[in-house]
Amino acid sequence: MIRIFLRYLNLLVITLLVVVVFSFALAFMFPGDPVVNLTGLSSESNGSLPLNIDLNSGMLSAFWQYFLNILSGDWGYSLTTGSSLFSEIALTLPATIELSLYALIIAIVVGLPVGFIAGLKPQRSVDYTVLGTSAVMYSFPVFWVAMIFILVFSLNLGWLPLSGRANLLLNVQHVTGFILIDIMLADNLDRGQAFVDALKHSVLPTLSVALITTATIIRAVRRSTLEVMRKPYIIAAQSRGLSSRQIFFKHGMRNALLPILPIMAMQVTTLITNVMIVESLFSWPGIGNWLLQAIYQQDYPAIRAGMLAVAAAVIVLTIIIEVMNRLIDPSREKFERVTI
Amino acid sequence: MSQFNLYEDEYHPSPWQQTWREFKRSPIAMAGIIVLAFFALIALLGPLIAPYDPNLQNTDTIMIPPSWDPSGTVRYLFGTDALGRDLFSRLIYGSQVTFGTSIMLVLIAMLVGVAIGVLAGMSDGVRASVINHLLDALMVIPTLLLAIIIVAILGTGLVNSMWAISLALIPHFVHHTRNTVRELMNKEYILAARLDGASRAHIFVYSLLPNMIEMLVVQGTIALSVAILDITALGFLNLGAQGSTIELGAVLADSLNVVYLAPWNIALPGLTIFVMVFAVNIVGDGLRAALNRRLRH
Repeated sequence: MIRIFLRYLNLLVITLLVVVVFSFALAFMFPGDPVVNLTGLSSESNGSLPLNIDLNSGMLSAFWQYFLNILSGDWGYSLTTGSSLFSEIALTLPATIELSLYALIIAIVVGLPVGFIAGLKPQRSVDYTVLGTSAVMYSFPVFWVAMIFILVFSLNLGWLPLSGRANLLLNVQHVTGFILIDIMLADNLDRGQAFVDALKHSVLPTLSVALITTATIIRAVRRSTLEVMRKPYIIAAQSRGLSSRQIFFKHGMRNALLPILPIMAMQVTTLITNVMIVESLFSWPGIGNWLLQAIYQQDYPAIRAGMLAVAAAVIVLTIIIEVMNRLIDPSREKFERVTI
Repeated sequence: MSQFNLYEDEYHPSPWQQTWREFKRSPIAMAGIIVLAFFALIALLGPLIAPYDPNLQNTDTIMIPPSWDPSGTVRYLFGTDALGRDLFSRLIYGSQVTFGTSIMLVLIAMLVGVAIGVLAGMSDGVRASVINHLLDALMVIPTLLLAIIIVAILGTGLVNSMWAISLALIPHFVHHTRNTVRELMNKEYILAARLDGASRAHIFVYSLLPNMIEMLVVQGTIALSVAILDITALGFLNLGAQGSTIELGAVLADSLNVVYLAPWNIALPGLTIFVMVFAVNIVGDGLRAALNRRLRH
């Protein structure tokens, strides 16, 4: 067991290192001065070296210095706002993770039962309805769904707010970065009202992302249930006279859930992409919105840092899912498909 | 079978014919393939069908509603946008670009992906592990992030966004090819071919490829729907097609500021993308179901 953890830890460290090397290399590929791209500071400003990075002293030592800077939180400064990139990312990344998490929770809560129901009754009207609906949900372009939601629920009906994370008048202190938790921790405002307000703000973005993720999960669960229910051990259980309830809950469900985790690991990148697109539409102050602003304004240090943060977040998330998967399902081939 | 049959052989349809027969049994899948054929036709003949130049701006006809609206005219079937451009023509040209480039992307990704996947699947040891790790690392970068990086390096444009999407699609093909090849390499008929002294290339062309084609077609439809969604998303975010290149996502983004005054400019392009992706998904599902039924028989 410890060896497996060590192996995954090793993988995590190596992959993160690759990402850091890649972000260092990006500074040379982006237009402009590499030092500016690495730090967000120009070297002539006060004669001293920006963040101690000196490209004249050789690539390796420059990378080493850059690596130390990354570890100590000196990620450089934004060209447009001039503030520290690390603190900006610390503000925006939790908002993205929050939105992804809500969408994922909805997808699991809705997707699992619906998928099971469809998978248990294949080729029936229930199955066809579920399959058809999920195929429709799966085919929506996420930005269009978000637009339609805004058009219908915010502009025409006026039920839900148009943009942002919470009412701008609310002064929520930044503690964890998760707005709902921050509101519960805050003591300078009416918590109940603020909570409802934040919840209202998150409904539309969450739903737009969750629509697609739910469809993916429904389809995956349905297919794996179908396959599991055809297995010999299910027939054996039937011949022992177990009720279909017992068969499903004791034998079917657990085995059907096994292939879902790897699929979720592969879906993380799609989820993050969708969240990033939706963020820009709802002005959700997340990293996707922030990165898109950075690219529109050609803020290369910000793109480098944002790439580092998003890639690291996705890698950590994927490896966590992989480890969970390995713990739940030890029967998988040894280190076969250790994703990342 | 009106042909003269000397030996009274039983007629065995080829695997493809069997799959096609199973596929035809599902009316929904057939509807999907007809819609796809329609889009393919538009992609090929688009300029002949379009009634107007899609970039022709006419200040007399700004924001005319679609023809089914009481104040719409039949001269502009789907209405016009804020610059007086005919939406119907723009949708036709947009479908041409979106559908055409997506198919091209999938084909490129498939070619590269299968080549790398076969290499990874047929080799072992360090080479395989290096390929696997590199690709898996590529697989965790979200498409949008990849696109942002590529746009930052190369600038915006349809071709640059195509780079990003094909880079994102390749690992999926590699992954599936690698797994299929691994699985197939343990089969007896591969062993037989190897004992007969077949070279790697020979094994690949005559033993592996025919068994992989079906997997590739199914994966191809999945990749096609992903490619369409991604390319329109990038166009929508102004990272893809620019200016005079008419792409469905960009068409939608063009009308964002008149969304309240002229909602059909948002609804119709989105609906077109949706129908396109939906048809691809239906055909993909139908194919997969047909394959499963055939293999079970």
